[in-house]
Amino acid sequence: MNHDTYADNYIREILNGVKSIAMVGASPVNVRPSYFAFKYLAQRGYDMIPVNPGHVGKSLLDKPFVGSLREIGRPIDMIDIFRNSSHIMPVVDEALQLMPLPKVIWMQLGARDDAAAEKAEAAGIKVVMNRCPKIEYGRLSSEISWMGVNSRTLSSKRAPMPTQGMRLSLNRMSVGGGETTASDRAAKNKNDPT
Amino acid sequence: MTDRLPGFSTLAVHAGAQPDPTTGARATPIYQTTSFVFNDADHAASLFGLQAFGNIYTRIGNPTQAVLEERVAALEGGTAALAVASGHAAQVVVLQQLLKPGDEFIAARKLYGGSINQFTHAFKSFGWNVVWADPDEISSFERAVTPHTKAIFIESIANPSGSITDIEAIAAVARKAGVPLIVDNTLASPYLIRPIDHGADIVVHSLTKFLGGHGNSLGGIIVDAGTFDWSKDNKYPMLSEPRPEYHGIKIQETFGNFAFAIACRVLGLRDLGPAISPFNAFMILTGIETLPLRMQKHCENAKAVAEFLSGHRAVAAVNYAGLAGDKYNNLARKYAPKGAGAVFTFSLKGGYDAGVNLVSNLKLFSHLANVGDTRSLVIHPASTTHSQLDDAAKVKSGAAPDVVRLSIGIEDKEDLIADLDQALSA
Ligand SMILES: Cc1ncc(COP(=O)(O)O)c(C=O)c1O
Repeated sequence: MNHDTYADNYIREILNGVKSIAMVGASPVNVRPSYFAFKYLAQRGYDMIPVNPGHVGKSLLDKPFVGSLREIGRPIDMIDIFRNSSHIMPVVDEALQLMPLPKVIWMQLGARDDAAAEKAEAAGIKVVMNRCPKIEYGRLSSEISWMGVNSRTLSSKRAPMPTQGMRLSLNRMSVGGGETTASDRAAKNKNDPT
Repeated sequence: MTDRLPGFSTLAVHAGAQPDPTTGARATPIYQTTSFVFNDADHAASLFGLQAFGNIYTRIGNPTQAVLEERVAALEGGTAALAVASGHAAQVVVLQQLLKPGDEFIAARKLYGGSINQFTHAFKSFGWNVVWADPDEISSFERAVTPHTKAIFIESIANPSGSITDIEAIAAVARKAGVPLIVDNTLASPYLIRPIDHGADIVVHSLTKFLGGHGNSLGGIIVDAGTFDWSKDNKYPMLSEPRPEYHGIKIQETFGNFAFAIACRVLGLRDLGPAISPFNAFMILTGIETLPLRMQKHCENAKAVAEFLSGHRAVAAVNYAGLAGDKYNNLARKYAPKGAGAVFTFSLKGGYDAGVNLVSNLKLFSHLANVGDTRSLVIHPASTTHSQLDDAAKVKSGAAPDVVRLSIGIEDKEDLIADLDQALSA
């Protein structure tokens, strides 16, 4: 599939469907983006598992670090890879050894490996690349609108008050902006050498 | 559930707004408060560190303002927006993210006179050097590019001349130079032209004009198209380098395709301070709900008035891009097929004196320095908005001494024509 843009419904189904998320490359340093994405997703009710061999023995928000995906020892719905594009493939290879397989492999904002994505998709796994699940959750629930961000969704229902541990509704009316001319052009510009 | 594509008018009414969580209020409340309580110390730290979504202090953001921001971002097709105190404030905040002292930006010569002043004098004192180019001669933009160029700035429909800019041609120059194209879309409003669809990377507005639309509140806004890669080379360190004031986070790496709007908020607005008041944000938001209706009427009236003036014996020339045969009519058909806006100029056979007489004889048109009001407005740019320019610069910016500028309102067009007729005959 095309990974330059995603339909809102594709992202919405993933975020509504998964319960457990293993975050590969999670950092215990509280000013790193992986730390605050982990914390946000935990606060929104996801069952978060930090994976980082460098921090085994420590915990992230009371969740013990595990050294590898294999060591989680129970089925996981989604793997969120917080690594550079060049480190994606080994993680995907490891994920493909899991039984049962994860349903989703998500690569963070800035990370993209089309070959790894193809491999995962061939095994029936859904793939998202170069996106942040915190941003997408905040956008589809419109929580991110506090920052002046275009959620590209509408709703005439009373807004919920976001509180810790609460799942927000992601089922707002989509403006279909995932495929706006602008974001298509952005993706294209990035891929065109200048 | 399938993705729908709501139209422009639906977005103008709904985007960004939702019934209030506590009271159910349907209109967007005016959150007239300076500050917002934190849940606990950890929440406060997360907000200050840009790690959580939420409100801190109205100089950085406010819930009424946030609705306005999402509304305009949606109408322009951008990823995010930042509302500020005025159109001029928007321009300062944008360029502060892009330029260091000694850097250059290229600007179209045909701009609002206040912007020409701001660029020539205030920005010069910051060490941001403007290089002028002629929007009617695209090659002049190419020739102006140097290794110090950091941005290109144009107006979609220029004030006061009402001329239409070839946005796509200038976007191509910007792209080749590896710099963002900033478009001031004030006179068109997103109803008539959406610059992002034509290659703009950043759109700015004076909300004071057509978006607010009622001549009652100042405001400005910056819209991020989400199209520019700020980290490609080392040209834009505010976005690509670790920020010491935020524990070393890199803005683009953390915020992706809305990084520019975030930089404007947390590095620009936070430190420079030109926040929009929640009340003004509310007034402008209310105005935007009727933007499509008003723009239709503004354009219909403007065309009728322009046609009347071009047939009048006292009139030497009418510069309205919506008239067949106008120099900019082809560009108007391409970029603004719904209408060429409601601000234009004309010149009188009687020259400067006839212009001054006309202004004093009008009974319905208000003589003042604004555009984009429900009321029809008139001004003589050479003696007011553009008075600080020398004569040659006045002519180049479309404000020659014999030129009168109109901003056509949404009154009955017959009444506007009758008022002009009696004033021209008096
Ligand atoms: C095209 C244009 N840009 C910017 C501005 C400045 O806006 P403000 O007066 O809101 O600072 C104006 C004001 O007349 C304008 O017409």
